[in-house]
Amino acid sequence: MKIVAICGAGVGTSAILKLNAERALERLDLEADVSATDVASVQTVGADAQIILTSPELVDRIGKTYADVIVIENYFDLDELTRKLEIALG
Amino acid sequence: MCDVMTLPPLPDNAVRLGVTVDDWRAAIRASGDALVAAGATLDAYTDRMIQVIDEFGSYIVIAPGLALAHARPGADILSDALSVVTLAEPVSFGHPHNDPVRVILGLAVTTPDSHVTSVASLANVFNDSAAIPALADAQSIDEVRSVLGIAVDPAA
Repeated sequence: MKIVAICGAGVGTSAILKLNAERALERLDLEADVSATDVASVQTVGADAQIILTSPELVDRIGKTYADVIVIENYFDLDELTRKLEIALG
Repeated sequence: MCDVMTLPPLPDNAVRLGVTVDDWRAAIRASGDALVAAGATLDAYTDRMIQVIDEFGSYIVIAPGLALAHARPGADILSDALSVVTLAEPVSFGHPHNDPVRVILGLAVTTPDSHVTSVASLANVFNDSAAIPALADAQSIDEVRSVLGIAVDPAA
């Protein structure tokens, strides 16, 4: 399972999203390879990803993908992340 | 090796409380000015933080009321640093869920990897939903440090 967290600059916000996604996966007792990248690289880095995590603002920039795109509103809310990951993986 | 995750130091001049701004650009500018005042960045980095939002939108508003101002590592960053700006009146960044913004964290990192521990520490702080309102309402710099779990600057 591969999950990619994306943001505009590829540092900072996507790293927070990656970290909290890992914490949410731990809660769900699931293992996945979570990486962080910028929106410009998502087509290459995220080519084989099952799930892309991002903010509402960046969804339209992802382009064509076979991955499930999950939009996260509050990057620090582990309940939101856990709930949305559980639905996507369930 | 130390297993305690730490944020960059937060000198007094990297914190501005109750700042009045007209719009999000001025809010980011205040955040960048605080990084410059702390000796961590050049003005060009502030411009780049604004460019990130011009290019990608308000996604840096990552939680209700909180913006994480940042851009990629570059020559305009002299050291890893954090700044904290709180606003007298909240401003809109145009985010669909997390507006209005009351707190701007300015983050500068010298290498793509050097932010990892800072980011982990930030996540630890803000996984507690009380942290953002506590920061927004902080009346002193020491109160800000206390919310962020940063030791009082020994050089101050």
